[in-house]
Amino acid sequence: MAYSDKVVDHYNAPRNVGSFGKEEENIGTGLVGAPECGDVMKLQIKVENEQIVDAKFKTFGCGSAIASSSLATEWLKGKSIDEALTIKNTDIVEELSLPPVKIHCSVLAEDAIRSAIKNYQDRSKGTSE
Amino acid sequence: MKLPIYLDYQATTPMDQRVLEAMLPYFTETFGNAASRNHIFGWKAEEVVGEAREQIASIIGASGKEIVFTSGATESDNLAIQGVAEFYKSKGNHIITASTEHKAVLDTCHYLEQKGYQITFLDVDKYGCVDLQQLEDAITDKTILVSIMAANNEIGTIHPIKEIGAITRAKGVLFHCDATQGIGKMPIDVDEMNIDLLSMTAHKIYGPKGIGALYARRKKPRVRLSPIIHGGGHERGMRSGTLNVSGIVGFAKAVEICQAEMVSEEERLIYLRDRLHKSLTDKLDYVFLNGHPTKRLPGNLNVSFAYVEGESLIMGINEIAVSSGSACTSASLEPSYVLRALGVGDDLAHSSIRFGIGRFTTVEEIDYTAEKMISTVSRLREMSPLYEMVCEGTDLSTVSWTSH
Repeated sequence: MAYSDKVVDHYNAPRNVGSFGKEEENIGTGLVGAPECGDVMKLQIKVENEQIVDAKFKTFGCGSAIASSSLATEWLKGKSIDEALTIKNTDIVEELSLPPVKIHCSVLAEDAIRSAIKNYQDRSKGTSE
Repeated sequence: MKLPIYLDYQATTPMDQRVLEAMLPYFTETFGNAASRNHIFGWKAEEVVGEAREQIASIIGASGKEIVFTSGATESDNLAIQGVAEFYKSKGNHIITASTEHKAVLDTCHYLEQKGYQITFLDVDKYGCVDLQQLEDAITDKTILVSIMAANNEIGTIHPIKEIGAITRAKGVLFHCDATQGIGKMPIDVDEMNIDLLSMTAHKIYGPKGIGALYARRKKPRVRLSPIIHGGGHERGMRSGTLNVSGIVGFAKAVEICQAEMVSEEERLIYLRDRLHKSLTDKLDYVFLNGHPTKRLPGNLNVSFAYVEGESLIMGINEIAVSSGSACTSASLEPSYVLRALGVGDDLAHSSIRFGIGRFTTVEEIDYTAEKMISTVSRLREMSPLYEMVCEGTDLSTVSWTSH
């Protein structure tokens, strides 16, 4: 299977790989997928004043899954929470020219974004109460 | 050393130069139809096919009269199983095979199942071996055929063919062996092993694609087959169609080379395979061998690199041609059914790589591959959330994953 240039680029030079320290505050973590399905994404956001100031990911999955999550972190940085929630998997498909068999990778990336945001919101609710 | 490196010898092999040279005159000079009885062109073709038949038969201890030429092992498997099923249907309707067989056997059996035949798919142990007692117990008075491969194409596990043959002979049941991967790599003797039908193909042994053969025993017992391809009555009526003379000549030459070089080549392949395996396990943790540790094809190394997905791994070593049991490399989205049958978890099946080592593989290529694998696995583990969790002490089986 031939990969698009953008997928290859993200695979060779993934953006924002890593994890935030456990002691850091204002972090939201999304962990989606399953090992037996062949892909797991961990996506983290760091939020200040409802703005995503930083994002990191780690992904177990094929090249398209790695590229989808790498791209997601790039897009998340600098966005507000509300703006981040408008990112759709179809935007990722289009940007990376993913073939039909790889659409599930983009779906997983969207799930990871939503899951990270929800986790951040749940945690900040917890601390304010 | 030239890139890319080919390490997929269980998929196919490059043709040996000596095979190509042997074949060349049979395209333009000696081009006759082996079935033409009226002139020298036909006679010459028939003669060379006869010699080739004997050569090919000799690698399994058979006679040339017992060889039926086909287009390859898939057709041989189809002819053996469907041919026996149809011919012996008044005797019984039960066939036994194993869950790790090639799709050419499994899908043929599924097809017959729809036609009313009973099929037993035997389970295998964690190494991919069938249990002989289970096999024996599965045989009933309705059983007409047992089909078990000599060596598995994915994991390289070699089955106890001689022991299986002893059981089927004692029970009076025909034994078909798909020896596609075994021919030229392990000694096979149809009499000693009591094999009644055997599939083989040229392109796995440095011969041309598109030519294969089915051995069908002629004596004690005489195996009868209903044809699946009808026409001019070639190959004693079992497989009609003009013979592929150049392919047959190439097949015979490929067999001849294997016979001359098998012993020394086996030693060399095992050395290369073990060298690769040792390099990988010395430098990487969580590397698991799939298949049997010793009863395996000399040129097959199948390993799972836990916490790294197979397709991303292949993408990182794109100048090395290997194959993966990961679903993402195929359209099916299901990981390898062979690894599943061994009880390998889907997570590890997704992380598996098959290295197929062969005649033209060099030490230099093996060392380059090992180095490239180690750096790529390390890089991908750096970005693997699973590896991170395991290093932190998390038991992945306790995590509630969101399956999709």
